Amino acid sequence: MRTPISYFLVVSALLFTMGTIGVLVRKNALVIFMSVELQINAVNLALVAFARQHGNLTGQVLAFFVMVVAAAEVVVGLAIIVSLYRKRRSANVDDAHLLRW
Amino acid sequence: MRDAGALLLIPLFPLAGATILLLTGKRWKGSSVGWVGSLMVAGAFASSLTTFFSLLSRAPGHRLMVRHLYDWIFAGSFRVDIAFRADALSMVMALTVSGVGLLIHIYSIAYMRDDPRFSQFFAYMNLFVFFMLTLVLASNFLVLYVGWEGVGLCSYLLIGFWFERKSASDAAKKAFITTRIGDSAMLIGIIFIWFHFHSLDFQIVFRGAPGLANGTATVMALLLFAGAVGKSAQLPLQVWLPDAMEGPTPVSALIHAATMVTAGVYLVVRTHPIFEASSVALTVVAVVGIVTAVYAGLSAIGQDDIKRMLAYSTISQLGFMFFGAGVKAYAATMFLLVTHAFFKACLFLCAGSVMHALPEEETDMMRMGGLFRPMPITGIAWVISAAALAGIPPLSGFFAKDQVVAAASESGREGLWILALFGVLLTAIYMGRSTFMAFFGKPRYRGHPHDPPALMGGILGLLAVGAAVNGLLNLSRTGLLERFLVPVTGPVAEVVSGPAELPLAAISLGLSLVGVALAFYVYLSGRFDWQALRSRFVGPKRALEKGLYVNDVYSEAIVIPARAGAAFTAYVVDKRVVDGAVNGIGRLFTWGASVGRRVQTGLVRSYALAILLGAVGVLLYLAVRF
Amino acid sequence: MGDWIVFWVTAPISIAAAGAMVLARNAVHAALFLIVNFFTLAVFFLVLGSPFLFVVQIIVYAGAIMVLFLFVIMLLGVDRQESLIERIKGQRLLALLLGVGLVAEVVAAVRLGVGFHRGVLPNFGPVNQGGNVRALARLLFNSYFFPFEVTSVLLIVAAIGATIHGNRRIAEEETIDVGPEGVPEEPPGGPEVPAAVDAGTPARSLVARSRGAAAGYAPPASDEGRVAP
Repeated sequence: MRTPISYFLVVSALLFTMGTIGVLVRKNALVIFMSVELQINAVNLALVAFARQHGNLTGQVLAFFVMVVAAAEVVVGLAIIVSLYRKRRSANVDDAHLLRW
Repeated sequence: MRDAGALLLIPLFPLAGATILLLTGKRWKGSSVGWVGSLMVAGAFASSLTTFFSLLSRAPGHRLMVRHLYDWIFAGSFRVDIAFRADALSMVMALTVSGVGLLIHIYSIAYMRDDPRFSQFFAYMNLFVFFMLTLVLASNFLVLYVGWEGVGLCSYLLIGFWFERKSASDAAKKAFITTRIGDSAMLIGIIFIWFHFHSLDFQIVFRGAPGLANGTATVMALLLFAGAVGKSAQLPLQVWLPDAMEGPTPVSALIHAATMVTAGVYLVVRTHPIFEASSVALTVVAVVGIVTAVYAGLSAIGQDDIKRMLAYSTISQLGFMFFGAGVKAYAATMFLLVTHAFFKACLFLCAGSVMHALPEEETDMMRMGGLFRPMPITGIAWVISAAALAGIPPLSGFFAKDQVVAAASESGREGLWILALFGVLLTAIYMGRSTFMAFFGKPRYRGHPHDPPALMGGILGLLAVGAAVNGLLNLSRTGLLERFLVPVTGPVAEVVSGPAELPLAAISLGLSLVGVALAFYVYLSGRFDWQALRSRFVGPKRALEKGLYVNDVYSEAIVIPARAGAAFTAYVVDKRVVDGAVNGIGRLFTWGASVGRRVQTGLVRSYALAILLGAVGVLLYLAVRF
Repeated sequence: MGDWIVFWVTAPISIAAAGAMVLARNAVHAALFLIVNFFTLAVFFLVLGSPFLFVVQIIVYAGAIMVLFLFVIMLLGVDRQESLIERIKGQRLLALLLGVGLVAEVVAAVRLGVGFHRGVLPNFGPVNQGGNVRALARLLFNSYFFPFEVTSVLLIVAAIGATIHGNRRIAEEETIDVGPEGVPEEPPGGPEVPAAVDAGTPARSLVARSRGAAAGYAPPASDEGRVAP
């Protein structure tokens, strides 16, 4: 393979950062959640890249597990968002601000 | 020393009385508290008599009893014990204190009858007698100082007995603080004595006193004298005594006439070996004494308040006593002290019965007049005591005063002697003035005065008798008292032979009579409109009444700056700086918290940002590390 | 050589899609962009020698998870345009800065660790002996068997939990911080605007009331026409 592993890692870093910025900047709860998914996938990419570099499948197995858990997490998270939305009629995270000084 | 047992009983009786009355007195019924208190003082008097007679039963050279009670302080080389000493001088004082004290206690039973704090009064009075006896019976300087402070405390408590009145509590404070100044100097003097002699015991100190260097002795003596000046209200610390008249009249009689104020005189006579070792100390004493006597005499003439007049008179007589000590006439001084105790106490108690008889406890002599007719017993007692004070023979005062003046003339200091004679004249003038203003002339009083009840009247009578006959104690320079006191005061000085005495006596007697006659002429003869005179000489009269404005000078120069300093310290330093700093620290934290808690925005995204910040920071650290 | 071209074609798409997802104002658009991104990631997996993950990524992530996302977005009707106003001061700036910092750090770490040089990669052929699936299975059911079982439990738990959570009856009084009329239009700002917002939002009692659920969930009458603020 011609492309150095580090390139993949840089892409992973960029994706992760963009996911982070998305979490911080967006106000819609669902979009924030999607940004978190982006982060997770960036990490998956890094894992698989490392697996390729080290020459074993450990990274891939781990990425597999991450996917499974992420799926479960999405299920539960969306359920929570749905019930939150029902309560508050708003998916804007800034509206939950009562725990303040 | 079996008979020394009574010595300890002397102060013990009033101490027991004070303790019992303080702890349980409130629950007793009626005036039994007063009788118990008087009984205790009677016990002290009886013990004093017993000790006195046992002392007399010995040969003149062996009249000394020292009774050790308790090893008090044991601090390295500093050792003091509680010990009492009975010799001629302390016996004279003890008998006077307990005797006159007993009479005044009995008088107070009737006088303070309606007071709500009746038992507390007698408790304090007993406590005072205890401390005073401790003072005069002390065998070393520290026990004397304990008594000294104790009488100061009791004086404060008793002057301010009616503390609901601001003037009374102010007067109590003034008395305490003013005497404090003298007491502090005295304490330094005692410390100085310790450093020099390494003992505070009288015997050791006085035995070594003649060997003192002039400077050392002068410093010691003057420091001790400062204490005496404070306690006995001499210039410049005399300002508290006129104000001390705020207290009940028996207090004025006992403490501020007969006993506490004489403690200073006792001190000087007791420590006279130290004074004699210095070339100037005794002169200082004599000068201060006579100047005070003249000053107070003048002030007494200007007083309208009968008690204040008596207070200034006391200051003046004390001045005479110090004067006598200053010219080494110790026995004459003590004689004057004893006779003064009787007639001054009698005068005060007469004033008390006048106050009781007139509405609203009147003390202004302008609102008295012609009181002799409705109050004959009081009037007679007053006249006898007043005449004694003025030095009319054959009453006691004549002999006492005459002996002091004679000693002055012998000392060779003409100036002092002239001042003394002037003082005699002033004494006669103010006593005559007050007698004629209050008891004779046209009645100016309101209400229906009458003589006091039998109990009070009886005491007045006893004291007046004493004032009359006490002269027998020391009819001449070789009288009983003089000879009794020889072991303490030293041998009798060269006695002026008989005939040469007479001119001196005649001069002082003449001056007394002149003074009385002058007062009679102005106030009673009707040829003077003395009431109009008052409005013409308002300025001078006011000056005399205000004690030549000494009090006001102190107020301006000392009290007001001190108050300003205190206010500054309290309101600026304490409130703003100290409290400001302490509160400021609190405010600092509050402010910090109010700033810091803004982090809690309640917004999830802010928290997420914070998490990222932390993560980046950690990574940065790791990146730098590796 | 092939991978070089593939990489340099796919990577920009990936990054661009991710950026578009973050910036899209419409939630549905954002979801779609994310699906694009997932596809590119799947391609990356393929290039990196994991055909299995390539397929799984497409099926699970792009196919199931994102579809689920889209369901929820459509269901809740939160596809209204998101407001552009950022109320928290410095949030955007700091996010950008920190993001840049994060990238820099990771790149630095990569450089220190792996290095940017080409490097000789081990031959991946023998690793995927018998196919990637077989090789993975060999690893999965031997060394990683326990985590495998645990994840299965996890999936069951998640499914049950989500089901129960979705079936709860929410009584009207449990709307703690919002009234039945919902949240005010403008979201609250940063720390500087506390009191005004609090005053405008009537807070109900915080005392927990019985969730007896006797009343059942009665959606407010005007729920049909309502859209999220």
